[in-house]
Amino acid sequence: MSSISGTADGLRSGAGTAGRARRRPGVGTVYRWELRKLRYQKRTYLGLGAAALVPILFVVAVQFRHHRAGGGDFAFASYLTKSGLVFPLVILLFGAIWLFPLITALVAGDIFASEDHNGTLKTVLTRSLERWQIFTGKALTALTYAIVAIAITGTVAVIAGSLESGFNSVQTLSGTIVSAPKGLELVYLSLLVYLIPIATVVCIGLLLSTITRNSAAAVVGTLMISLLFQLIGVLPGLSATQPYLLSTQFNAWQGLLRQPIDWAPIVRAAWVCALYGIPALGTAFLVFLRRDVAGG
Amino acid sequence: MTDAPPVEVRGLVKRYGELTAVAGVDLTVHAGDVYGYLGPNGAGKTTCLRMMLGLIRPTAGTVRLFGRDPLETVHALDDVAGFVEAPTFYPYMTGRRNLELLAAFDGDDARDRLDEALETVELSDRAKDKVGGYSHGMRQRLGIAAALLRNPKLLLLDEPATGLDPAGMRDMRLLIQRLADQGMTVLLSSHLLAEVEELCNRVAIVRKGDIVYEGAIADLKRSAGATYRLSTTDDERALSVCRAQPGVSDVRVVHGRISFTGDDAAVAELSQALVEAGALITMLAPQNVTLEDLFFSLTEGDGVPGHAGLGGAAGDRAPAAAEASS
Repeated sequence: MSSISGTADGLRSGAGTAGRARRRPGVGTVYRWELRKLRYQKRTYLGLGAAALVPILFVVAVQFRHHRAGGGDFAFASYLTKSGLVFPLVILLFGAIWLFPLITALVAGDIFASEDHNGTLKTVLTRSLERWQIFTGKALTALTYAIVAIAITGTVAVIAGSLESGFNSVQTLSGTIVSAPKGLELVYLSLLVYLIPIATVVCIGLLLSTITRNSAAAVVGTLMISLLFQLIGVLPGLSATQPYLLSTQFNAWQGLLRQPIDWAPIVRAAWVCALYGIPALGTAFLVFLRRDVAGG
Repeated sequence: MTDAPPVEVRGLVKRYGELTAVAGVDLTVHAGDVYGYLGPNGAGKTTCLRMMLGLIRPTAGTVRLFGRDPLETVHALDDVAGFVEAPTFYPYMTGRRNLELLAAFDGDDARDRLDEALETVELSDRAKDKVGGYSHGMRQRLGIAAALLRNPKLLLLDEPATGLDPAGMRDMRLLIQRLADQGMTVLLSSHLLAEVEELCNRVAIVRKGDIVYEGAIADLKRSAGATYRLSTTDDERALSVCRAQPGVSDVRVVHGRISFTGDDAAVAELSQALVEAGALITMLAPQNVTLEDLFFSLTEGDGVPGHAGLGGAAGDRAPAAAEASS
């Protein structure tokens, strides 16, 4: 090993920061660096790649099926061939089962656990940031990642779908026809409403990431919880619970596709998701604030 | 607040269920100290350092860094830097990027010190490599660079030379010495006793989570008393004389020679007693007591310096001449 006996004089000159105000980092610093860190990690691209690839594969599959079967037997085939704007909505419908919970969990479940895995928690907690600032920055990063993933899926689906079926007017669930620009607006509003249950999945992912301190356990655990809600929803005798299940809230956006707009499922999604999400987030926050960093 | 010592620990306890990792540690590190925190593996050194940095919540007791509680606010670490166990970084980022992140998390003008910190630890040429490919020694050096970004007044280092090759250990020692010479207070945990003896002016020796000595190394050596080796024309008789001589203690036979401790006056009187008893002295030489001797004496013996096997031989053990306390 080469010598490390170089001068440290310059580093000691200036004699600290006593006597003047210190410029302190904040949540924004953590948020920016967490986003930067995501750029260096493969799993980031795995999730975002899947978010972009799924709509393309879906369009290819629809095209293939359409050509082979003449566009008749597929449940959504008649809508899908009329307007490309239907593609993102159909993907939202099917993506709720595991695709979007999984993509969301990839980062939310990993963001604290990976610090334990790398042993870096002690490194960042001994700088100039309070624990709550680190937690908040990380939580916002996980949410941002989920938003970006949903936005990518929606946008790619709109473009690929429009290339396949045209940028045409859409028929709402009430049977009325809305113009293509209005349809596009409804698509993005639907994506926005879809983020309500997705934010809850983020909270659950953060909780498991904080508690398990293990990325794989947190990611799989988040997905399992999501699937468990689906299972409860289809169990006979438990149908009364359906309006209050997390899985049901993934369909709240359909209220936007009615004329007039049905706000009831959207409002319900907001408070039901809050009931699940806030305790999960609060617990994760308290655990992170009070935990002993004895390993990483 | 500014007159408060860099580190003041009082009654620090950490229990994990039935296990007591740290049992009532008291220590004070004064400004300008190079303070060695010594103890065998599992003695609770790292746990104690983690509590000092606010990473672990103590079961009882208090930690104050420059008068501030690290559990209350991270501002307590404003003039503090260091690492516990091996320094850790994000393996998928370069050394430089890791330091940029930490400088951002430090705020203030830490970013301006980045190049100089890399230069100080001579990692400038490897700064663009991912940390995942760094050797242990390089990570240790990067850990020092990360600490220097904060321009600290107090440096807390946990086994900084562990895992380094001899040249690396020497270089690390020189760097710590240089930083200390420039006025930085250093607290380092180590089990490399020669390193601590060379670097530190004060030590705390911990055994099973409890401090068995805290104070200056010089005082510790003084308290242990001078150790002598003796050879005479009649060692059997000389042994009896030594045991009976007031002021002479810890009498035993080491490698065929008599060993004892005592001050100058006691040794002079012993010489006369030996001659009067007909055991003529063929050799009487003072032995240097090393920190290592004292460390083992305190951590493996009964907690009193001079009681455990200096030299490791069996023999009679008289009560120690002095107490090991400060």
